[in-house]
Amino acid sequence: MQTFLGYKRPDGRVGIRNHVLILPASVCASDTARIVAGQVEGAVTFNNQNGCSQVAPDQQLTMDVMAGYAANPNVYGTVVISLGCENCQMDLVVEAIRQRTCKPMETFIIQQEGGTLKTIEKAVRAARAMQQEAGLIQREAFPLSELIVGTECGGSDPTSGLAANPLIGELSDRIVDAGGTAILSETTEFIGAEHILARRAATPQVRERILDIVHRYEKALRLVGEEVREGNPSPGNKAGGITTLEEKSLGCIHKGGHRPVMAVYDYAKQIDTRGLVIMDTPGNDPSSVAGMVAGGCQLVVFSTGRGTPTGNPIVPVIKVTGNRQTYAAMLDNMDFDASPVIYEPGCMDRLAGEFLDLAVATANGRKTKAEALGFTEMAIARVCNYV
Amino acid sequence: MSNAIIISPADDVAVAIEPIAAGEAVDYGPAQAEAFCAREDIPIYHKVAVRDLAAGQKICKYGEHIGEALYDIARGSHVHVHNVGSVREDLDNK
Repeated sequence: MQTFLGYKRPDGRVGIRNHVLILPASVCASDTARIVAGQVEGAVTFNNQNGCSQVAPDQQLTMDVMAGYAANPNVYGTVVISLGCENCQMDLVVEAIRQRTCKPMETFIIQQEGGTLKTIEKAVRAARAMQQEAGLIQREAFPLSELIVGTECGGSDPTSGLAANPLIGELSDRIVDAGGTAILSETTEFIGAEHILARRAATPQVRERILDIVHRYEKALRLVGEEVREGNPSPGNKAGGITTLEEKSLGCIHKGGHRPVMAVYDYAKQIDTRGLVIMDTPGNDPSSVAGMVAGGCQLVVFSTGRGTPTGNPIVPVIKVTGNRQTYAAMLDNMDFDASPVIYEPGCMDRLAGEFLDLAVATANGRKTKAEALGFTEMAIARVCNYV
Repeated sequence: MSNAIIISPADDVAVAIEPIAAGEAVDYGPAQAEAFCAREDIPIYHKVAVRDLAAGQKICKYGEHIGEALYDIARGSHVHVHNVGSVREDLDNK
């Protein structure tokens, strides 16, 4: 049985990184969090653009991402920093995190501590102490069934649907067959193929949920005058050989592989089902990845045609392209070359094995290109303007 | 050396992985049973029919339907927006 080396968490989950997370509860705490993270070796943070002045459904998305990040098994413990007057109040954030995990947590409220400098001093000491304890956790061998792998595509070109997405689909199948979980994301990319995806639902309820998230997304976009089915595939898609919306979507949903869809999750909700699952995320890469990371995935595999650099603060993002020119030109950013799928008929099985080996090595601690470059860009989905 | 790729054995179309000129043999590797030639130029990453398709027939790629043939399409023809229609789900009657 294939295994990976991970960190066991007190809540029972298994991580593949051992980060201390400095979590800003709102945009007003984000620079303080950045300075704190900069003072503690190995601490991670992100620029939280949200956390205040949001309509209720959007605030919920932000809360779910914050709670999910703190609970993500790649995180040892979390130092939460809030300003004090934001809508995402510290007690709400703490409650949301505690509903998901019992891991170490410290909190600091800037307006109560007496400004940023006093907050920074206390938070740095707390984060440093947490980092010292985190160093004691040893990696142990776990079966692949403990892995939740997120799938994503961005900067696509015709090779994405031909090579990189089918290769990711093979990886999804292997993870699922080992008892683990693969997440298919990007609801906007399902549009046109939702009836095909719905046929793969394990139950009638899952089938309804697949159709519901697609239609809900279309309705939300219609509120601002967007009709996804019009003008799609785009003239650029058509010039590249894509004929219909169904065809475009099929190329994207290939990332999920061939197994039945066991469950559908709303954005950033904690994933607690094994097998292939769907999460309702935007096509926008950093916010889609953020939703899956909040859902608890430890690893993301990301296909690209043109080549994209984006990473994530707490989860390694493996970049794979089926475009051999892109692989050569963007070698600084690309982790895996899927172009043999196109140019060497019959190589898929071998290549999928090599790709799984890379995923396991990455789980074991090998850094992705985005990690080695320190790339941590992310975004949180929202449906409405700020209030 | 192949100049096309077929994704699923059930597919009605192969995808050109380099430009294929009219009259040139289409070669998508071991999955191909019979030799045939492109009836017209196939641009890179565009589709070529690997069997004769009747008007109204669903067209298979990725092992799934990507649309419907608007006219009879002969093997070796370019398969694209000029001869394929999208079959969209009727949202209002979901």
